[in-house]
Amino acid sequence: MTEIAIKITVNGRPQEAVVEPRLTLADFLRENCRLTGTHLACEHGVCGACTVLVDGAAVRSCLMFAVQAADREVTTVEGIAAPDGTLSPVQAAFRDCHGLQCGFCTPGFIMSLTALLRDNPDPTDEDIRVGLSGNLCRCTGYQGILAAARQAAPGPAEA
Amino acid sequence: MTTTSPTAARYAGSRVHRVEDARLLTGRGTYVDDIELPRMVHACFVRSPMARATIVSIDASAAAALPGVVAVFTAADLNGGVKEQWHTSSGEEGPETPRPPLAEGEVRFVGDPVVLVVAGSRYIAEDAAELVEIDYEPLTPVVDYTQAAEATELVHTSHGSNIIGDLGAFPLSTFDDVFDSAAHVVSETIYQQGYAPVPMEGRGLIVDHSATTGDLTIYSATQSPHEVRMFCARLLGLPEHRIRVVMRDTGGSFGQKVMVQRDEMCLMLAGPKLGVPVKWVEDRQENLLSAGMSRREHGVARMAFDDDGVIQAATIDFVQDCGAYPTPWPVMTAAAVGVFFPGPYRVSKATFQARTVYTNTVGRTAYRGPWQFESLAREVLLDIAARRIGIDPAELRRRNLLRKEDIPYASPYGMTYEQISPMETFEQALSMLDYDAFRVEQAQARAAGRYLGVGISNYVEPSTPGYGYYGTEAATIRVEPSGKVNVHVVGGSCGNSIETTVIQLTADALGLNIDDVATVQGDTAVTSFGAGTAGSRSGSMTAGAVGQTATILREKLAAIAAHLLEAAVGDIELTDSRATVRGTPTVGITMAEMAKVAYFEPQKLPPGMTAGLEASSRYTATDTSIFVNATHVCTCEVDPVTGRVDLLRYIVSEDCGPMINPNVVEGQIAGGVVQGIGGALYEELAYDEDGNPVTTTFADYLLPTSTEVPIIEYGHIETPSPGPGGYKGVGEGGAIGAPPAVVNAVADALSPFGVTITRLPLSPARLVGLLDPSTRAADGSDQ
Repeated sequence: MTEIAIKITVNGRPQEAVVEPRLTLADFLRENCRLTGTHLACEHGVCGACTVLVDGAAVRSCLMFAVQAADREVTTVEGIAAPDGTLSPVQAAFRDCHGLQCGFCTPGFIMSLTALLRDNPDPTDEDIRVGLSGNLCRCTGYQGILAAARQAAPGPAEA
Repeated sequence: MTTTSPTAARYAGSRVHRVEDARLLTGRGTYVDDIELPRMVHACFVRSPMARATIVSIDASAAAALPGVVAVFTAADLNGGVKEQWHTSSGEEGPETPRPPLAEGEVRFVGDPVVLVVAGSRYIAEDAAELVEIDYEPLTPVVDYTQAAEATELVHTSHGSNIIGDLGAFPLSTFDDVFDSAAHVVSETIYQQGYAPVPMEGRGLIVDHSATTGDLTIYSATQSPHEVRMFCARLLGLPEHRIRVVMRDTGGSFGQKVMVQRDEMCLMLAGPKLGVPVKWVEDRQENLLSAGMSRREHGVARMAFDDDGVIQAATIDFVQDCGAYPTPWPVMTAAAVGVFFPGPYRVSKATFQARTVYTNTVGRTAYRGPWQFESLAREVLLDIAARRIGIDPAELRRRNLLRKEDIPYASPYGMTYEQISPMETFEQALSMLDYDAFRVEQAQARAAGRYLGVGISNYVEPSTPGYGYYGTEAATIRVEPSGKVNVHVVGGSCGNSIETTVIQLTADALGLNIDDVATVQGDTAVTSFGAGTAGSRSGSMTAGAVGQTATILREKLAAIAAHLLEAAVGDIELTDSRATVRGTPTVGITMAEMAKVAYFEPQKLPPGMTAGLEASSRYTATDTSIFVNATHVCTCEVDPVTGRVDLLRYIVSEDCGPMINPNVVEGQIAGGVVQGIGGALYEELAYDEDGNPVTTTFADYLLPTSTEVPIIEYGHIETPSPGPGGYKGVGEGGAIGAPPAVVNAVADALSPFGVTITRLPLSPARLVGLLDPSTRAADGSDQ
């Protein structure tokens, strides 16, 4: 299989690799970049566990090939806490609200919610529910996750 | 002696942040698929595309020739290596399902593993799997479990029948005289569809065989690393101490990963043949095809009532589909459906029959509340009875529920219910809803053409099995030389927060600041035997183990502190990671100072005391079960045109005794409830009539999402159990109580239409069919 040389910026660091065209972005992150926080729970684009940000947009890294992310900026769950380790507001809210149990779906929720609140800092409850409906969780019944989203929402922008 | 009593609880009962979260929130958990070992290779199964067929031939030559392929195994290569295969909880003498690692001669369900391909990467292993040519001769499958007992085709010819077992109490006719003379007899056949635990992480393991020592290290997604080790030792005929099983983070399980299944057996057998570590991680399609089914079953539930609606007798005739390869042996679990069918009600006359059958579908596995059909059948029947008798369903329950003055109550099968509070949780839940106000709102809504409903369910469940394999739990608490503390328990968390729980309990028991305590779990090399997470046992059993072990250490700490501070042992208090003298808190010694003496200056210890500062002890459960009760109340609106169900409020009042961490308790309840909602409304592991699974992706197998779930409201009644700390198990109840509450709410909403709901799930199509007279007859037993 013809391999292709790509450069992707992952969590601010340039990554170069020569990959098969069929290598998914998720596997590139997990295997080539050793960033195993991005999880695969369905590999058919429904569960959202593998959600990462590509040029800021939340995407399912199981449905994207690494070559499609060439020359783009990817952010994973490993890349959103502050450099000193302080949790991001979304991560902290998940901790405060018991928004995770087994933690397997959590990185995907954190990335989806991070993008959602960036685009809509003052969401209604319905906005939150719809915005997170592409991520599946089997442990929490979504209760702590919805509460975390509410806590993490910055609220109406200052005029 | 005052120092041997626990210090004041500082952390138990509070919403302590979880210690698990820091790593899991930042993507630094360690699930099986995150582990990379040098020289590791990857496995992929070739699975049967047919429900039942003879394997005529297997040609793996093209697969084996693919560059990067390491090995291709068939049954002929692996199955001969099996020495013994049985699960510890079933026992060596127990009857077992035949369980060939790879299918041998015949495939028995779609997804049956036939060939194991091993390659340098998962991508190549999957490429190679597609090159394996298998010639099948189709056989007639046994698909419909309701016909399995009479079917001429046999799932396991060697078993001689499709009936795995029949177990029961008295004959079902025993109380016919009571039924014949009762004012009201209500009988319905209630069907529950197959659904599954569906953890977000599938199954997986890595088997690392050392060619030089023969030792085996297994990294497993499991609830019970010690069971994986014991099973593997028996399977391969290896001494147990030559095997180490490690679990780090496990991404949910809910019963599915509690025992070793055939796929894992294949990896254990292949590992020593490969000489390099081999990893298998199940993908979602495999999980929905092969990891197991739960729930598919039905029962003829029957109750006799007097004029006032008081239950006179209750019987259930129950049949359960166990698929081709159930894990574990299912006959006893099926019988539990009968045993718990009377529930938390005054029922003195009861009997049951329970039948388990094989079919050519995926095998039954444990799932959160494995016998929850008892609650579904009973609570749905009670609502049907209430409507037929003409009494409000809450009032019918109130007349029959166990009251404070009835307790202790001996169930018809000889269990004694003490320390439970069914009437109290029931009244609390109704009061949280304001039941009477809801009935008014419902009437007004109906007048306006909207259909609201309320559903109730009560249950009592046995938690914390206190016998055999499950009956003990060990802890080691080690004050390290710096004074920091590690507590070792086997754990087995798949999300249940047991790391945090154990740290809370240890900090309280030794008067430590919580940041001074860490825990080591999930590794058979450094934790004593324990059964792991199962049967809602972790809270009570680890509390027993930690409490008993901490008592030993507390006495030693008090003796050291008394000696060094020249005080009386009885005056020593442990608090804030220090030992102080009662009444003079400025006089004290830190844990670090005591540890320094214990490890490096043993001559300063009290005469005769051994050096070091750690204790180990094994707690033995005092009760066969710790009973837990709860009431679920759900309200909904049903659109009779589209069949859409919107859940409005969801209330759970439970009595789990004191809560170690209310966040964890509520999280367990919420997770279970939403799984139960999924079972009532959305989820179905479905097969067509030829035995082809039709729900093998998340686009077909519908899990509840954030847009469907109600906000769950929690009520709490606290009746301490007889066990450690008064704690009870709370892991499974949510999944038990929810399906009947939801079904009853929907049925109540639709009561003006005169329909009786007896089949799940309540999909829009099923509800519309029930409401349409032209299609009602097509829905089997619904009437």
